[in-house]
Amino acid sequence: MKKSHFLFLLLTAFPSFIFAQTDTTDLFSLLGNDEETTYSTATFKTTRLMNGHSVENQAAGVLDFRINHRFGNVNGGVYEWFGLDQANVKIGFDYGITKWLMVGLGHTNVDKTYDGFVKAKLLRQSTGKKNMPVSVTYVASSAATTLRWVDPSRRNYPSSRFSYTHQILVARKFSNATSIQIMPALVHRNLIDSLKFKNDVFVIGIGGRQKITQRVSVNAEYYYVLPSQINPIYDNSFSLGFDIETGGHVFQLHLTNSRGMTDPQFMTQTQGKWLKGDIRIGFNISRVFTVRQRK
Amino acid sequence: MKVKLVVFASLFLIASAFTFKADGLKYLTKNGKVSFFSTTGLEDIAAENNKASSVLDSKSGKIVIEVLINSFRFKKALMEEHFNENYMESTKYPKAKFDGKIDNLNDVNFSKDGTYKTNISGNLTIKDKTNQVKTSGTLTIKGGKLNGLTKFKIVLADYNVVIPSVVKDKIDKEMEITADLNYEPMK
Repeated sequence: MKKSHFLFLLLTAFPSFIFAQTDTTDLFSLLGNDEETTYSTATFKTTRLMNGHSVENQAAGVLDFRINHRFGNVNGGVYEWFGLDQANVKIGFDYGITKWLMVGLGHTNVDKTYDGFVKAKLLRQSTGKKNMPVSVTYVASSAATTLRWVDPSRRNYPSSRFSYTHQILVARKFSNATSIQIMPALVHRNLIDSLKFKNDVFVIGIGGRQKITQRVSVNAEYYYVLPSQINPIYDNSFSLGFDIETGGHVFQLHLTNSRGMTDPQFMTQTQGKWLKGDIRIGFNISRVFTVRQRK
Repeated sequence: MKVKLVVFASLFLIASAFTFKADGLKYLTKNGKVSFFSTTGLEDIAAENNKASSVLDSKSGKIVIEVLINSFRFKKALMEEHFNENYMESTKYPKAKFDGKIDNLNDVNFSKDGTYKTNISGNLTIKDKTNQVKTSGTLTIKGGKLNGLTKFKIVLADYNVVIPSVVKDKIDKEMEITADLNYEPMK
């Protein structure tokens, strides 16, 4: 009898126990916490570090009009207006075909070179359901100089004008402000100055950015050419600068020892030496236009 | 005696289960629509989030809403990037929350189909800044399902959203927020 009394009590108390519980339940806990994958975005402010590519792609349907400008060496003194008397320009158009694929075309007056590239995102850094520590992008570009042949009397092949570059960009956004990128590259030149040098040149680049305000970051970029591959008159490319973002524009202001702005030029034909003061002031301007609107 | 007890107990259980169902029914959505809009004539700022989750408790009138900031979709990709990176800092403040209630709960009959005008008040938290919000909306009940609809304006500065002077002509100081939530009864 005592047992059933207890049972009775338990049974009747049970529903009210549920009531008491529901009244104090935090409704937010009922929303559930479906874990989603959060992809890192804006590892860099724009698709270029300074001279080279960053892991950023232009969004699908967005056209990016880019003007790159490098002045002369600042050690030219007053006569050269600290380099401002010279102009090396590259004008280019980039376009995002899908969110992972972009293409671009450009032309520069440095060796009258045309270039084009294809850039594909292979991996995206993410946390949550899918965890990926880095973003990985592949870039293939080709450049063709259209200068008149130095020696028209010999047999010149059109293929001699071309160079090709393959790059794997591996980047990690460590925090909202800090991103680091490593970019091994292979440059193939069809024509080289002398047989002493290599047609295939291996280069390792490293770059990064540190935001100093929400819209301004400091960037650095260095390309190390593995030894005994290129003419020793050439040096490694190093650039240091700022990214300044205002709405649809990104301004990149920097100091660099590279004159050329296409991949084979700054990776394998950088003539300036920082320590000698062969430093150029340069800027890139990027303006994006949404050509195809998202639904 | 034992039979009596069992019958009594079962009756009580059934009865309480019913009361529980009629009184304390909660409604849930995980794909509610929350959007915002502002215009200065120069530029429209508009985005939509179709992944808002919300619970409405018909007994207490309490409503909670949660949205992930990085689930807002803009027509322009760059705007979306700037929204997350510069304005909302969505990695630092991933969620916005509303914790409020229907003030005129007695005017709503959850067991009768119809459209009811509601007064809603509560706390809205964006970027860890919480402000009181008072608004009106409608609650439409049809076949046991609910639709809650409300529109209200917020001042961006109240939520620590800073508009730099270079773009102040393009971004209005106020945003109109719309929540359109289709709830289903919770099991």
